[in-house]
Amino acid sequence: MPAGGTLEAMTSGDEPGRRERFREGMRAGAPFGVAGSVVALSFGVVAQGAGLSPLAAIAMSAIVFAGSAQFTAISILAGGGTVGAAVLAAVLVNSRFLPMGAAIGPSLPGGPLRHALQGQSVVDASWGMAGRGDGTFDRWVLFGSTAPQYVGWLGGTIVGALGGNVIGDPEALGLDAVYPAFFLTLLLGELTDRRARIVAALGGLIAIALIPVAPAGVPVLVASLAALLGLHGASARTAAIRRQDEPEEAAA
Amino acid sequence: MSTSVAVIAGCAVTTFAIKAAGPVALGGRALPGWFTNVIILLAPALFAALVATQALADGRHLTVGPDTAGVAAGGLVSWRTGSVIGCVITAAVVTAVLRAV
Repeated sequence: MPAGGTLEAMTSGDEPGRRERFREGMRAGAPFGVAGSVVALSFGVVAQGAGLSPLAAIAMSAIVFAGSAQFTAISILAGGGTVGAAVLAAVLVNSRFLPMGAAIGPSLPGGPLRHALQGQSVVDASWGMAGRGDGTFDRWVLFGSTAPQYVGWLGGTIVGALGGNVIGDPEALGLDAVYPAFFLTLLLGELTDRRARIVAALGGLIAIALIPVAPAGVPVLVASLAALLGLHGASARTAAIRRQDEPEEAAA
Repeated sequence: MSTSVAVIAGCAVTTFAIKAAGPVALGGRALPGWFTNVIILLAPALFAALVATQALADGRHLTVGPDTAGVAAGGLVSWRTGSVIGCVITAAVVTAVLRAV
């Protein structure tokens, strides 16, 4: 009860409508939770091929809760890699959470400890949906959309880890296509203007160019540099608005 | 078992640290406009790179396989219907069917 009261005191008043926005986030995150549970199911099956016990696979999803890092780490273990190599690759894959976290930082209240704890709720889909499109983020939408994704991720892993023998070969079921398809949906949601499409194409090409020469994780990290095209953002955006306006004026 | 525990512990500690570091580093500070412009474009850059590495890479080899076709089919469903569940189910079914034939 005192803890609940503290939470109320911490969050109420200054943020009207937070329950509504949390629920809004849950509704937006629910489909990603369902889709993520299919991905997690394949993780639960595949992890055992890498030497993880069912309990270890479930514990990893419960504690780490970072899909691409988990897949990367166990694929390196399965390929005979060391613990250090597996963790390092997971760090590189997770490194995208550094710029994502830096982006939400100014939208979060509280001191460093609360910032650190709230930062744990960032997952790819939630981060995308919580963005207001102007560089700021709605933290209650973020929390709300992450909640069903955590449930889906953990639940799917439990089913996959305990029912792996019944499910069979994940590749025969096409489960390895589920995770990239999931990210493709996130990508399509971001391609709202010409500049975003150019940056996406550049990011994809950088990653493809680096796949043959760089360790896992590095291509994605380096591809994030494509976002630096935003340094020309103001002028490019103004130019785009002008280009959009001109035909309308001409038509009128 | 000890290998699993070490990997899980290593991933847990580093993931926590990475997710904590971003918000703490820039906590509460107002950001210049150029930074915001870059942040907005991080999502398309990162998501495109994740799709490319997962749909086209087999280790360090670039491969176009049944999963590539499945992901593309899923993307089509996502684009036409906006359904992420329809997208992932289509991707899995198309990939599985192409592998079976």
